[in-house]
Amino acid sequence: MSARTRLGLFLVAGAGLAALLGWGVAGLPAFGDYHGPYGLVLNQVALGQRHATNVVAAVVFDYRGFDTLGEELMLFAAVAGVALILREAREEEAKRVVDAVRSEPVRAVGLAAVPLVVLLGLYVVAFGYLTPGGGFQGGVVVALGLLLVYLAADHRSYRVLTPAHVVDVFEGGGAAAFVALALGALAGGLAFQENFLPLGRIGLLTSAGSIPLLNWATAIEVTAAFVLLFDEFLEEVVVRGR
Amino acid sequence: MSYLPYALAVWLLVVGLYGVVTSRHLVHLVVCLTVCQSSTYVLLLAIGYRKHATAPIFKGIPLGTKATDPVVQALTLTDVVVSVAVLALLLAVAVQVHEREGTLDPEEIPAVRG
Repeated sequence: MSARTRLGLFLVAGAGLAALLGWGVAGLPAFGDYHGPYGLVLNQVALGQRHATNVVAAVVFDYRGFDTLGEELMLFAAVAGVALILREAREEEAKRVVDAVRSEPVRAVGLAAVPLVVLLGLYVVAFGYLTPGGGFQGGVVVALGLLLVYLAADHRSYRVLTPAHVVDVFEGGGAAAFVALALGALAGGLAFQENFLPLGRIGLLTSAGSIPLLNWATAIEVTAAFVLLFDEFLEEVVVRGR
Repeated sequence: MSYLPYALAVWLLVVGLYGVVTSRHLVHLVVCLTVCQSSTYVLLLAIGYRKHATAPIFKGIPLGTKATDPVVQALTLTDVVVSVAVLALLLAVAVQVHEREGTLDPEEIPAVRG
């Protein structure tokens, strides 16, 4: 099909799709005029039922925790898929690594920022169920802090800091811990993934029952998943010199 | 004005699709797909928004304060993770295509054989 025909077809189909969607959203309540029951009910009861001040985190790790389990395993599967696709084609070639950062200031400031960014990530994870944040968001920040080692120094240091066999264990371990916590509740005679720990005092790090554990399991899994993803793509560029 | 965020979501989806259809580079195509996906974030968050409401985080504010819908925000989080997973897989496939065909232009890649 020529580019022109394809564009013509798209213009017709795209206009139709836009009209259909426009018609659909016209039936929604006006922006800011939300009356849906679930969100409003959760905002009323989540604090009393789960002792988590961040209701979004309570939804992610408790009310809709089953959904998050699938999400976690999906991320796991995606990383495994990327590793399969890229590693299969990667034979060991002559390693010509010429990526070391030569500018001293960039190196110094970049490396000085690494512990700060990692600490920020850990903070976002730790208080995720009290204030804005959570395992997914904080995990990404921690992984980016580790990637900063590559950006500010070189690939070799990044590899030394994140040895693949250790990161693999963390990735699998994070996902396994999430599943184990869900099954643990079942073994204790509760519903699958039911919150089984004492809820504690509202606003403290020890509050919200098993939400903090699921939160940390997620953070470990997400951090390791991103580190592995970076690793696979960096390996393509740096080791093969493309 | 009150339907503007919804219109934005529709526009993002259609514009992203336009990019996918006319793309001449696989990485560009993947980025266009993430534009499509971002339309779903806008739509979800717009649906859950309430006028003059705060974030659904009751740390330091009394229970019963008008807050936005936490469920759609949690769904958006799931959405972002899905987007990352899809992005990673498609970019890996793009690397493989470049490996085998030596090009990233969809027009120049011969039809896939089984």
